[in-house]
Amino acid sequence: MSNPTPTTAGPAGVEPDGAPRAAAGIELRGLVKRWRSAAGPVDAVRGIDVSIARGETVALLGPNGAGKSTTIDMMLGLAEPDAGTVSVFGMRPAAAIDAGAVGAMLQTGALIRDLTVRELVRMTAALFPVPMDVDEVMALAGIEPIAGQRTNRLSGGQTQRVRAAIALVGDPDLLVLDEPTVALDVEGRHAFWATMRAFAARGKTVVFATHYLDEADAHADRAVLMARGRVVADGPTTEIKARVGSRTIRATLPGADLPALGALPGVVTADRHGDAVILTCSDSDAAIRALLAAHREARDIEISGAGLEQAFLQLTGDDDEGERR
Amino acid sequence: MTLTYLRYELLRTVRNGRFFVFSLGIPLIIYVAIAGPNANEENFEGLGLSVPLYYMVGIAGFGAMMATISCGGRIAAERSVGWNRQLRITPLKAPVYLGAKVATAYAMALLTIVLLYAAGFALGVRLPVGEWVAMTALMLVGLVPFAALGVTLGHLLTADSIGPVMGGVTSLLALLGGTWFPITSGAMLDIARCLPSYWLVQASHVGVGGDGWSAQGWAVVAAWSVVLTALAVRAYRRDTVRV
Repeated sequence: MSNPTPTTAGPAGVEPDGAPRAAAGIELRGLVKRWRSAAGPVDAVRGIDVSIARGETVALLGPNGAGKSTTIDMMLGLAEPDAGTVSVFGMRPAAAIDAGAVGAMLQTGALIRDLTVRELVRMTAALFPVPMDVDEVMALAGIEPIAGQRTNRLSGGQTQRVRAAIALVGDPDLLVLDEPTVALDVEGRHAFWATMRAFAARGKTVVFATHYLDEADAHADRAVLMARGRVVADGPTTEIKARVGSRTIRATLPGADLPALGALPGVVTADRHGDAVILTCSDSDAAIRALLAAHREARDIEISGAGLEQAFLQLTGDDDEGERR
Repeated sequence: MTLTYLRYELLRTVRNGRFFVFSLGIPLIIYVAIAGPNANEENFEGLGLSVPLYYMVGIAGFGAMMATISCGGRIAAERSVGWNRQLRITPLKAPVYLGAKVATAYAMALLTIVLLYAAGFALGVRLPVGEWVAMTALMLVGLVPFAALGVTLGHLLTADSIGPVMGGVTSLLALLGGTWFPITSGAMLDIARCLPSYWLVQASHVGVGGDGWSAQGWAVVAAWSVVLTALAVRAYRRDTVRV
C-alpha cells in the first residue's frame, strides 16, 4: 500500500525559512516518567528524544504499554516528566495550551451530558482565542445531522466524531490524537481520517498514537516506534514498514542446513524449532521460490506477516543488548 | 469566554432534571413536614423564635449547603468521563473553571433559599425587608466553606464514592450544627461553634433582630473558607491524571 497523498512537509527539524522560534516544532528531550502503582513503580517512559517539525504528521506507533499515552500526557502538560523537557512551538506545554495552540483527543473520554452537540462545540469554541467557525468545524467532522441531539444520546461512533470536532474547534496548530479510532468501525475510520487529513492540509502539526501499522503507514509522514518506554525506531513510514513489516516463512524441513537457508535470497535470518525452520525475510517472494527450488521436500509451509508485537519485541531486544554493551 | 462557559454550565444544571428537582424539592418537603404541624408555636424551645422561622432558615441553610456541596458530585461525574482532562488542554483558566462551578452551586443555593422563604411566608413568617436581605447575605457568606468543600471532594473522590461521602458529611454537619435541634449548652455547643454549619443556622438570629454572627462566627467561617479553598485549589491542581 502506498501513501495516498504526498505531503509537503520537509525532513524533521529542517525549516527552510524564518527564525528558529518560528520554526520550532515539538521537541521532546530525555523524557522520563515513572508511575507509582499498586504493583510497584512502572517505568512508563524511559528516556526518549523526538523532534517533530511544524506541519509534520507523525505517528507514535507501538503496542499497549509502550508509553505512548504517557508521552502524550507529558506533551500536553497533563503529566510532569520526572526528567527531561518538552517544548511545544518553543513554549512550555502549559503556555502553548494557554495560547490556544493545542487541541487533543485523549484516549479515554466521553462527553459531558445535558447539552446538545452544537452547544458543546460552541462552548468549547468559546474557550479559545481564535476558534474555527462552529458550522465549519461541524461540517468538517460530519456532525451536522446530529447537531441538535443531546450528547448523552449518541452512538460510540457519533461520540468520537463530536470529540474530534472538540479537538479541532480551537483551530490549534498542534493536534494530538491518542488512539482515536479504537472505537470505530472501518467506515468510521475512513471518515475520521478524511477529517483529520483535511485539517492537517491547513499546515497543522499532527501527532497521533496508534498500534496499527497500516494506520501509521496510511496517514503519517513519519513513524516513531515505541516499545517498553523507549523509541526503537524513527523514520519515514515506508522505512519503518520495511523494518517491522517483514514476513516469516515457516516450513517443516528435517535436518536443514541453517547457514545455507540463511544465505537464500530474501532471507534475513534462519532459525530452527525442532523439525521446523523459520525464515525471517526481507523479500518473502524471492525467499519462497529459492527455498522450494533448493528443498522440494519442504512441507507445511506457512507465510505470515510478522506481527507488530513480535517485530517490536525483536527491536526492543536489540535495544536492550545495545544498552548492555 | 467566561460568560459563555458560565451560561452553558447553568443550562446544564437546569437540564439535569432529577438533580434539579430533588435538590430543590427535598428541603421544601422536609420543611413543610416539620414546621407545618407546629406552625403556631411562637416560642420554640424558649428561644423566642417561632417554629416556622427557626426551621425556615435552618432548613434553607441545610438545603443551600447540600446544593452548594453537590457541585462536587458534578465535578466527579465530569472527571469520570475525562472531561476535566479535556478542559485542561483548552485555554480555560482555573479561576474561570472554579468560578463557574461555584457560581452554579450558588445559583442552586439561592433558589433553594428563595423557595424556603416562600414556604415560610406561607406558614406565617413575617420579617422586615432589611432582615430578609441581611439574613440571606449572611447565609451566602456562610456557604463559602461548603462550596470549597464540594470542589475539594469533587476532585479527590470518584463518581461512585462521592455520593455516600457527601451525604454523610452534610448530615453530620447539619446535625452537629443544630439544623434539626437547637444546641444551646454544653460540650455540643463548644463543638458546634467551631463548625460552619452552626453559623449557617445562626443566620436565623437576624430574623429576631440579633447581630447574627459574633466575632467568633466570622472567624470560624473565615478560617474554614481559607483552609477549604486552599485544599480545593490544591486538589484541582493535582488532579490531572487519568481517572
